[in-house]
Amino acid sequence: MAVIAPILGRLVKALVTLLAIAVLNFFLIHAAPGDPAVVLAGEAGAADEQMIAQLRERFGLDQPFHVQLGSYVWNIVRLDFGYSFRQGAPVLDLILDRLPATLILTLTAFCISLTLGIALGVAASARVGKASDSLLTTLALLFYATPLYWAALMAVLVFSVELGWLPGFGYETVGAGYTGLARIGDVIRHLILPASTLGLFFMAVYMRMTRASMLEVAQMDFVKTARAKGLSGPVIRRRHVLRNAILPVVTLAGLQAGQLVGGAVLTETVFAWPGIGRLMFESLAARDYNTILGVFLVSAAMVIAFNILTDLVYRLVDPRIGARA
Amino acid sequence: MIRRFASNKGAVIGVLILLAVIALAVSADLLFPRGPWAMVQRPFLVPFSTDGLPLGTDTLGRDVAAGLVHGARVSLLVGLVSTLVALMIGVPLGAVAGFYGGWADEGAMRFTEFFQTIPNFALAIVLVAILEPTLGSITLAIAIVSWPPVARLVRAEVMAVKRRDYVDAARLAGLSKFRILTGEVLPNTVSPIIVMASLMVATAILLESSLSFLGLGDPNAMSWGYMIGAARTVIRSAWWLSFFPGVAILLTVLALNLIGEGLSDALNPHLSRKGTA
Amino acid sequence: MRPVLTIEDLSIALPAGADRPHAVSGMSMTIGEGEILCVVGESGSGKSMTANALMGLLPPGVTVAGGRAVFDGRDVLALPETQRRALRGRQIAMIFQEPMTALNPLMRIGEQISEVFAAHGMYGPTERERRTLALVTEVGLPDPAKIMRAYPFQLSGGQRQRAMIAMALALEPELLIADEPTTALDVTTQAQILDLILDLRRRRGMGVMFITHDFGVVAEIADKVIVMEKGIAVEQGSAAEVLDTPQHPYTSRLLDAIPTGRLPEARSLEPAPVLELKGLRKVYRTGGGLFRPPREVRAVDDVSLTIGRGEVLGLVGESGSGKSTLGRTVVRLVTPDAGQVLVGGTDLAALSEEELRKSRGKVQMVFQDPYASLNPRHRILRALTAGPVAMGRPRAAAEAKARELLEIVGLGPEAAERFPHEFSGGQRQRIGIARALAMEPELIVADEAVSALDVSIQAQVLDLLRDLRARLGLSILFITHDLRVAAQLCDRIAVMQTGRLVEMGAVHDIFLAPRDPYTRALLAAVPGADWAAENRMAGNAEGARP
Repeated sequence: MAVIAPILGRLVKALVTLLAIAVLNFFLIHAAPGDPAVVLAGEAGAADEQMIAQLRERFGLDQPFHVQLGSYVWNIVRLDFGYSFRQGAPVLDLILDRLPATLILTLTAFCISLTLGIALGVAASARVGKASDSLLTTLALLFYATPLYWAALMAVLVFSVELGWLPGFGYETVGAGYTGLARIGDVIRHLILPASTLGLFFMAVYMRMTRASMLEVAQMDFVKTARAKGLSGPVIRRRHVLRNAILPVVTLAGLQAGQLVGGAVLTETVFAWPGIGRLMFESLAARDYNTILGVFLVSAAMVIAFNILTDLVYRLVDPRIGARA
Repeated sequence: MIRRFASNKGAVIGVLILLAVIALAVSADLLFPRGPWAMVQRPFLVPFSTDGLPLGTDTLGRDVAAGLVHGARVSLLVGLVSTLVALMIGVPLGAVAGFYGGWADEGAMRFTEFFQTIPNFALAIVLVAILEPTLGSITLAIAIVSWPPVARLVRAEVMAVKRRDYVDAARLAGLSKFRILTGEVLPNTVSPIIVMASLMVATAILLESSLSFLGLGDPNAMSWGYMIGAARTVIRSAWWLSFFPGVAILLTVLALNLIGEGLSDALNPHLSRKGTA
Repeated sequence: MRPVLTIEDLSIALPAGADRPHAVSGMSMTIGEGEILCVVGESGSGKSMTANALMGLLPPGVTVAGGRAVFDGRDVLALPETQRRALRGRQIAMIFQEPMTALNPLMRIGEQISEVFAAHGMYGPTERERRTLALVTEVGLPDPAKIMRAYPFQLSGGQRQRAMIAMALALEPELLIADEPTTALDVTTQAQILDLILDLRRRRGMGVMFITHDFGVVAEIADKVIVMEKGIAVEQGSAAEVLDTPQHPYTSRLLDAIPTGRLPEARSLEPAPVLELKGLRKVYRTGGGLFRPPREVRAVDDVSLTIGRGEVLGLVGESGSGKSTLGRTVVRLVTPDAGQVLVGGTDLAALSEEELRKSRGKVQMVFQDPYASLNPRHRILRALTAGPVAMGRPRAAAEAKARELLEIVGLGPEAAERFPHEFSGGQRQRIGIARALAMEPELIVADEAVSALDVSIQAQVLDLLRDLRARLGLSILFITHDLRVAAQLCDRIAVMQTGRLVEMGAVHDIFLAPRDPYTRALLAAVPGADWAAENRMAGNAEGARP
C-alpha cells in the first residue's frame, strides 16, 4: 500500500530524532557545572564516595570523550536510562509506572481540545460578525492568554474547594477500593479538571485557527462553484469548506503536540496527577538529573508519536499527499 | 498603516494595557522603594483590609502589590530579550535556508525540525535545571525553545519573495547574492516577522512564568510565576496570593496578543479583510 | 426566436469608496434559445458582475441597484434566496475562468458532478451514477470511468474545464453563463473547449452568455455581441455588425488593438548576430527517491538559433513548451546543462558567478507580471540605477540616464521619485523596459511582457517596443504564447514544442506557409483566425490601392 512506505520513513526519522536527543542529553550533562558523576548522583549521592566511583566507571569518565558518548547512547538504545538514587529505582521503571496516567491525560486533553476547538471555530465562522461570534472569539483570546497552571489552580479553587463538585487532587480516590466500572468512573471524575484545564489553551488555538481557515476557504473559487450548483449554505460548509479548512488545523495540531506534552508537567503538578510530568517536577527539587533527562526523552518520543498520528490523519483527509509522494 | 492599527479597538486596548504595565515596571522603585522581598506586615492579610496594602500580604508578610509591580520588570525583560535572541537565531537561519536552498536548506530545516519535535517546555525545564536558574539562563532557555517557528516563517517568506520577478531583475542587475538577500528579499519579509515577534513576547512571558511557577525562577528576582508557585499550597486559605499575579500575567499576555493581531491586520490588509468579511 | 433571458436596465452598485459608484448601469439585453451572446470588455468593465448578479453570487457589499432580469417568466433578481437556489445549477448554470481552483481539490470528479443532482434532490444513487458517466462521456473526457474516480489535481487544465462543463450541463439548464472559461487555457485547448461549447449549444439548444475580453473568441463563437466599457454597454448587435462595422469609438479601439494578423512589412536586417545559441539543453529532474528514478523533463532540447542586430525574434509556444526556460537560460537566470549562449563572442553559459556578474549588462529581461517585477519598497530611481551603479557607472550619470529613459518610455522624469504602487500595470511594464534599457544591453529578452495587460494597454506597450526598436536599434527575443501578438512586432518567429524548436522563419512564411504540422495546428487554433484572415486580405487589398 502507498501508505506504508512514508510511515516507515517517518519511523526511521523518529528513531534518528530520538538518538539525537540522547546525544543532546549527553552534552547537557557535561554542560552542567561540576563532575558529571556528581551531577547524575544528584543530592542523594553527594556524600556517597562509593556510588560516585561506580558512576564514573559506568560512564567511563576516564575514557576519551567519543567513547563516553558512544556508551551513553548505547545505554539509551538498550532502554537503560540509568538509576534514580533519590527514588531508589531504575529510571525506566519509574517512567513506565507513571506513563499511563500521562497518556490518559494528554490524549483526553488533545481530543477534547481538537473536537471542541474545531466545532466552536466552525460555529463562530458561520455567525461571523454577529454577537455570538464576538463572544466566542473574545473567550478564545482570553483562554489563549491564560497561564495553564493558573487556570488549573483557579479551577481547583472554584470547582473543588468552593463548589465541591469535582475532586481537585490525584488520579483516583485513595482507599476507596473501587473496582471495575466504579473505578473507571472515579478516574474520569478525577480526569475532568486536569484534562479540561490542559486542553483549554489548545482549544482556543484550534478554534482561532479553524475560524480563520473556514473564512479563508469560504472565499475560494470552488465554493462559488458549489453555490452555482444550487447547494445550500450548510451543505457547502460541511462538504466543501470544512474538509479543506481542517487540513491546516490538523497540521497545527501536530506541531502543537509538543506544547501539549510539555504543558502536562504544569497540570500534573497542580493536580498531583501521578504522571511523568509530576515525576519531572519531583525530580527537579531533588536535582535528580537522570530522571529529568529520562522523562525528557520519553516525552519527546510521545510528541513524535502524536506527530505520526496527525500525519496519518492528514493522509486520510488529503488525497494529494499519497499520490505526490 | 498607523491609522489602520489605531482604528482597531482591540489593538488600542492592548497598547493601553501594555503601556500601563511598562509604566508600573519602570516606576517600581519609586512606588515600592523597599523592594518586593521586604516583610512589611503580618502574613496572610486579606486584600483591601489594611491601608497601604491594597492587595494584602503573602505567607511571609510581604506586600503583594510590591511583588506584582517588581515582577512586571522580570516578565517584560525576559519576554523582550528572549524574543530578540530567538530572532537572532531564527532569522539568519531561515533566511539562509530559504535563499540558498539545496544542502543549506536541507541541513537547516532538519535542525529546525529536530528542535520543533522536542517538547519545548520540557527542554526549557531541562536547560534551566542544568544551567542553574538565573535570569540569563532562563532567557537563553526560552530563546532556544522559541526560535524554530521564526526560522520556518522566515524561510517560507524568503522562498516566496525570492520567486518574485524583481529578485531576478536584481540578479540581472549584477548585484551580489548577499546584497540581494539583504537589500531586496529580507526587507519584504519584515511585516510577518514583526507580527510573530509581538506574539512571541507573549509566549515568552508565559514560559517564564511557568518556569518560575515550578521553582525554576531566578532566586534573586521576584516574578509573577514565583508568586503563584509559592502560594500554590495555600490556595485554600489565601486565594488572592495566586489570583492577582495570574491576572497580571493574563492581562499582559492578552495585551501583547491584541497588539500582534492589530499589527497583523494593519500590515496585511488583504488578509484582515478576509478575516472580517 | 423565443427569448431565454431578458435583462432590462440592470444597475449594480459598488460599495462606497470604490473607484466608481456603479459596476454596471442601465444595461439591457436579450438572449434567445440556442443563441450565444458574447459580453466583451476589458478588466473592470463590469462584465463578470453582470453574470454574478444573475446567479445571485455577487461579492459582499455589491448589490443590484435596479432593473429586471426576466427568466422563465420571473424576475430572478427579485426572487427570494431559496427560489434562486433552486434555479442555480438546474435552469441557469455557470462555468468559471480558473478550472484550477474552481474544483474542490479534495473531492473526486464524479462526486462533484453528481452533487448537482443531489443539490436538487434528483434521481436515486444508481441513476445519478449513470447520468454522471454519460455527462463525462459527452464532454469528451477520455476514459470516463477512471476520470470519475480521479481528483482534480490528476487532470489537465482542459480536462478540468470539461469536468466543469459536465457539471454545468447536468440538469440541462436553459441558460449557461461562461465567465472567461478559456482564458487560462492554452490556445489549442481553448479551441477544443470553444468547439465543445458550440457543439453542445447546437445539440441542446441552450442560450449561452459568454464573457470574454478576446475579440478573437468573439469572432469564433458569437451570434450577438455586447461591448462594455466601465459598466456601460456602449454597443450591441449581431456579431457580424459589431466586428465588421463597429459604431462606437471604444469598440473600434478594441478591435484596432487586436492583433488582426495584419502582417508587418519585412525589414532588411544586418547579418551581424547579437545572440547565438548553439545546442542548448536543459533537463529538469523532479521527484525521485531512494528507489524511484526521478522524472526528467527536457525543458530545452538541443536548441540552436541566431538573433541579428536590430532583429526581433518571436519565440512562440504553449505552456510547457520550454520557451520561458529558454529565455531564462539566455539571460542565465538558469544555467544550461549543455550548449553555448554567445553574446558578442562571450559564452554566457560558461562564465563563473563572478565573471557573470560583470557581464550581466549584456542581456536584460522584461518580465511578465507587472505587479511582481518591481520591489515595492524601492523608489523607481533605485530600481533603474542599482544595475548601472553595480556595473561601476558613477551614480550621478546613472540617475541622469534613468530620468532620460523614463522620458523615453513615456512616463516623464518625475516618475523616478515615486514608488511602484503608484503606477498602473501598463506603466509598470514601461518602467520594466526602462530598467532593462538602463543597462545598455545588446539584447532584451521580453518574457510574456504584454500577456498580463488589457488589450488596449497591450497595444500601447507594443507600440513603445516598436518605437524603441526603430530608434535604438534594439534586438529583442520576444517570448509569447500568442501568435497574433508575435505577428505584430517580430521579424522572424520560432515555434517551440516540448523543448524543441519545430519551425523558424520570417513572419510571412510562418503565417502563410507553415511547414510543421504543430505550427499549422497552432495557427488553426488561434481564435478568430478565419475572420482575421479575411481582414488581412481586406487590409492588404486596401494597402495595395494607390
